[in-house]
Amino acid sequence: MNDELRTRIKSVIDTEPVTLFMKGTPQFVMCGNSERALQALRSAGAPVTAVDVLPDPEIRQELSAVSGWPTIPQVFINGELVGGADIVQELAATGELERKLGESLGDAYRDEAEERVVSVLVPA
Amino acid sequence: MAVVATETAELESLLRDAFPEASELRVTDRTGGGDHFLIEVTSARFDDLSLVDQHRLVNDALAAPFASGRIHEMRIKTRGTT
Repeated sequence: MNDELRTRIKSVIDTEPVTLFMKGTPQFVMCGNSERALQALRSAGAPVTAVDVLPDPEIRQELSAVSGWPTIPQVFINGELVGGADIVQELAATGELERKLGESLGDAYRDEAEERVVSVLVPA
Repeated sequence: MAVVATETAELESLLRDAFPEASELRVTDRTGGGDHFLIEVTSARFDDLSLVDQHRLVNDALAAPFASGRIHEMRIKTRGTT
């Protein structure tokens, strides 16, 4: 267990409106399922804070310990796990994702929706 | 191919144990390689659960084979009965 890494992961989840833990980055997606989740979020006009889990296997271990969710990607809205690629895609298709985003972030969430990438790696 | 069939059957058996009441339960090997699966479960137990909690139940049922690293991908589709 890596306490400092776990704390950093929790902090991103709790402070970012929408966090996407993914393989790769929005600019260079390394997995089809991460791509599906990203596209679903984009289709709903969501702001996305992306965290690449690939630089260190420990990120994925600590994330799954925090969320109780075994697979990547994982999407959180305001600190709450929404699900993986299948769920986010389904919610986007039914319009439920937009409703949830509006409810959690305010109806004007699209206005300042931007994509950014943050790292949770602990500096050496 | 025998190995692949075994993996599919094992997942299905674990799911049947976890969801004996399921009205629909299907495991599909999406690629024929025995490591990319589509899991479909329809159960009354999902009726009042959010999608994330529905998937958690499926993930829990398949935690052991997933932790073994043999499964590369699980796509999950869950449905309630209402």
